[in-house]
Amino acid sequence: MIRVVDLHKSFGNNKVLQGVNLRLKHGETLVIIGQSGCGKSVLLKHIIGLLKPDKGKVLVDGVDITSLRNDELHKITRRFGMLFQGSALFDSMTVAQNVSFGLERYTDFSPEEIKESVKDSLAKVGLRGIENLMPYELSGGMKKRVGLARAIAYRPDIILYDEPSTGIDPIRADAINDLVIRMKQELKVATIIITHDMVSAYKVADRIGMLYAGQIIEMGSPEEIKNSENQVVQQFIHGRAEGPIKNW
Amino acid sequence: MLGLLTWSFNLLNPKMFPKAKSPLFYFNSFLQQVGEVGLLFFQTFKNLFKKPWEKRIFIQQLEEIGVRSLPVVSLTAAFGGLVFGLQTYVGFHRYIGPGSETYGGPIISLGLSKELIPILVGLMVSGRVGSAMAAEIGTMKITEQIDALFSLGADPTRYLVVPRTLASLVMLPCLTIYGDIIGMAAGFFYNVYLMGVNRVLYIRNTLLYMELWDIMSGLIKSAVFGVIIALIGCWQGLKTEGGAEGVGRATTRTVVIASILILIVNFFLSKALPADI
Repeated sequence: MIRVVDLHKSFGNNKVLQGVNLRLKHGETLVIIGQSGCGKSVLLKHIIGLLKPDKGKVLVDGVDITSLRNDELHKITRRFGMLFQGSALFDSMTVAQNVSFGLERYTDFSPEEIKESVKDSLAKVGLRGIENLMPYELSGGMKKRVGLARAIAYRPDIILYDEPSTGIDPIRADAINDLVIRMKQELKVATIIITHDMVSAYKVADRIGMLYAGQIIEMGSPEEIKNSENQVVQQFIHGRAEGPIKNW
Repeated sequence: MLGLLTWSFNLLNPKMFPKAKSPLFYFNSFLQQVGEVGLLFFQTFKNLFKKPWEKRIFIQQLEEIGVRSLPVVSLTAAFGGLVFGLQTYVGFHRYIGPGSETYGGPIISLGLSKELIPILVGLMVSGRVGSAMAAEIGTMKITEQIDALFSLGADPTRYLVVPRTLASLVMLPCLTIYGDIIGMAAGFFYNVYLMGVNRVLYIRNTLLYMELWDIMSGLIKSAVFGVIIALIGCWQGLKTEGGAEGVGRATTRTVVIASILILIVNFFLSKALPADI
């Protein structure tokens, strides 16, 4: 479904991605782990076409999206829903306007259908009766859920989550994990999750890949990652300060 | 030019002094920034003709740029007209002689409609609206809302820049017409009601010598200023980096760059536009 081939990206002298390769299959949940600032979000932004690589390809069902113009790219991004790290709700709009934003652009629904779809998407993430609230009136967990409702409203095939459990307490983080699993089961979507929260990663992942020094250094099932002999992986998943990773 | 302006502004920032860079660096930076604004202008123009048109935002911006600027434009135009009326009266009274003050009317109308009001409106709107555009878009940038727009199928240029530029292009001339009326009324009030100039002669001379082109050329200028304000505000907003400090820097730069550009472009437009047609 998605193939990332030899992806390179630098910002000035900072080489963030140095030949990333990965593959996502239909209906699969892939979790990318790695240190803060290692380029996980940069990778995700390449996958949805927000950033253009210096070198390499991002293939979505065989189409290289890195060379597409914006108008063509939006036909592909129609298939993606993305939950941003800070939710990225439009703060000048109500919850309903936020959730209906993609629906108005990606579908030809009537206003009544959009209204129903907004209600339905909010209900899917466990929220009711908050359509007219503004984002500043919501808690952190509610913002994440509204962000997710916005991402799933137009029924994408692929959902991208950028650190869904960051900035919220462990109970809410687990509730978000349950939502991720439920979205996958109900909507049959493929999922990529960026996180450094190992509890979440083990709970939701079919496969886990570790990004380190600009490359995917290990890829496997949660069990395979737990039993990896790579010392970098072991240091990261056990959260140890001592080990081969020094640049923290 | 923008690079030099930014460089001049950076010099005001003490943090820049220890990091003196070569003139070539500033020249490259200047070219890069001109390129960025040029590209944004081109993209904005190209997107003007593409659907969907963001009518809701366009109407919001018409209100924000036009209606909400009325108080500040009223005040500046009124006091601009008063002080221009005052100096014109003094000039005619001192150098031509008593009775000649009735010729102040056309001078005031010409000066206000061609130069003073378009510049005052441009500067006021760049301070009030240009900075707000940079702050709003800059905040959207650092909170990933612009990335979210893109992921939800909205082109950020089409969604954010086009309606603001169009609204600014429409509202600046409207505000200028309004400012012309207020300024001329203030000049009339000062001369006729405060200094006792003959009302009939003042009006007659004004109508006799004032030309429609004087007002039209001021409107053309203000339309150009409108595009400058919106493009600079959006450009600075879209390139905001570095959190709240970055937003603050973007707003300040918008006001400085837009204001200086308005003054420079005004001179060249005054030279380029014919005195009368």
